[in-house]
Amino acid sequence: MSELDPLEKKVIELIAQKKRIPPESITLDSTFLELGIDSLDGMDLLFTFEESFKLTIPDEVAQQMKSVRQVTAALQTALAANPQATTN
Amino acid sequence: MRRVVITGLGGVSALGIGVPALWEGLAAGRSGVRRVTVCDTDLLTNPIAAEVPSFDPAAYLTPDQLLLCDRYAAFAMAAASEAWNEAGLDLSDEERERAGVLIGTGMGGVTRQDEAYRLLYEKKATRFHPFTIPRVMYNAAASHISMKFRLEGPTLCISTACASASHAIGEAAELIRGGRADVMVAGGADAPIAPGVVKAWESMRVLAPCGDDPAAACRPFSADRQGLVLGEGAGVVILEERERAVRRGAVIHGELAGYGATADAAHITAPGVDAPARAIRQALAQAGVEPAQVDYVNAHGTATRLNDTTETQIIKRVFGDHARKLAISSTKSMHGHMMGASGAIELLATLMAIERGIVPPTANYRQPDPECDLDYVPNQAREMKVDVAISNSFAFGGLNAVLAIRRA
Repeated sequence: MSELDPLEKKVIELIAQKKRIPPESITLDSTFLELGIDSLDGMDLLFTFEESFKLTIPDEVAQQMKSVRQVTAALQTALAANPQATTN
Repeated sequence: MRRVVITGLGGVSALGIGVPALWEGLAAGRSGVRRVTVCDTDLLTNPIAAEVPSFDPAAYLTPDQLLLCDRYAAFAMAAASEAWNEAGLDLSDEERERAGVLIGTGMGGVTRQDEAYRLLYEKKATRFHPFTIPRVMYNAAASHISMKFRLEGPTLCISTACASASHAIGEAAELIRGGRADVMVAGGADAPIAPGVVKAWESMRVLAPCGDDPAAACRPFSADRQGLVLGEGAGVVILEERERAVRRGAVIHGELAGYGATADAAHITAPGVDAPARAIRQALAQAGVEPAQVDYVNAHGTATRLNDTTETQIIKRVFGDHARKLAISSTKSMHGHMMGASGAIELLATLMAIERGIVPPTANYRQPDPECDLDYVPNQAREMKVDVAISNSFAFGGLNAVLAIRRA
């Protein structure tokens, strides 16, 4: 598996915290279903991502996010569109 | 006829967490009123309240529940867990469908609402935590309790301001009497100590000023009374159909023998006399007891000028000469006005009188008032046999609820 970039690492870390599971059990290809992330957890995670990265994920993008890879892709798009956002 | 008994008790109040702490505080005549610590007081002119001391929601909620529960719902969960554990119920799948929850609240998840509004107006927040709605909604407590104990029968919330818990318990008993349920987890919860809420109460000019001694601020029925003191917490009881409780050998704390509910239909804040008196008569009639059989009245007793004189008139109207023989007390002098939780905590106080033979006092009683000239059990708890008691709740909006309790 290729090395994770800082954003991917951070996303996995936040999901691991939320679900109280080891980060090693999460890959970019993990789906929300596999991780036991239901619609309510998903809302909470979206809020956490938005707050952590200081950006806004549009509703239509948020509705499509069903895997870790879709999350990181959406965040990268949002980060590119917003120079004030941060991965720190 | 189906009868309703009480087989589990739970309470969280300024007097402590758990019914033993509540009863100990009430018996000692100890006031739980102090300076506010649970919220920012910069904007308040009157920062005193009967706060729940050292409440750690994490002790009662899972991490997922913690994220979803306002302080009020956490109080309800703590009280419900205590009551449920004590009742020792072990329900089959079929029985779960006939077990429900009815939790009253005056203001629901208002602490989280207040925080969210502050973020919006003061910090110009562009988003709230996505759980703000489930945290704030008035049925949150009832729903979390139903989920925790997997109770699948009628589950509701009643919001009738200061009478919410008494209405909730009374209506829950009716669900059992009417055959819709066999077990109900019933009570009330509120957490109104938030800047926006306290400010609104300050503006009504009904709060007791804090002064140098917050513990002495709430003085029901005393001539020098100066208004109410807000409190917070939850009270929950397990109501059970009597035959069922007897069959399983449950510890029975008392019989919820009667319930009265009436409306003044007159004024949004000023209390009436006729309708509350009728609520007391209804409760006694359902219980099948004469007014002269009543030993103790747990008064609504808010310590506002108007409530205490009016309530005295109400009691005289119903009980006639027997009014002078009644022991009457307002435990709000100690646990404050817990809004939608008051009626439930006051039911627990009433059960202490019946079970322990200890009538809780009216704390901070200093000066007789010619307009309040009954026996308010001033300052000292009284050892006394109590077989029949009532608990009054008269809410803003003119909505009255009275519970009649009989020794089981």
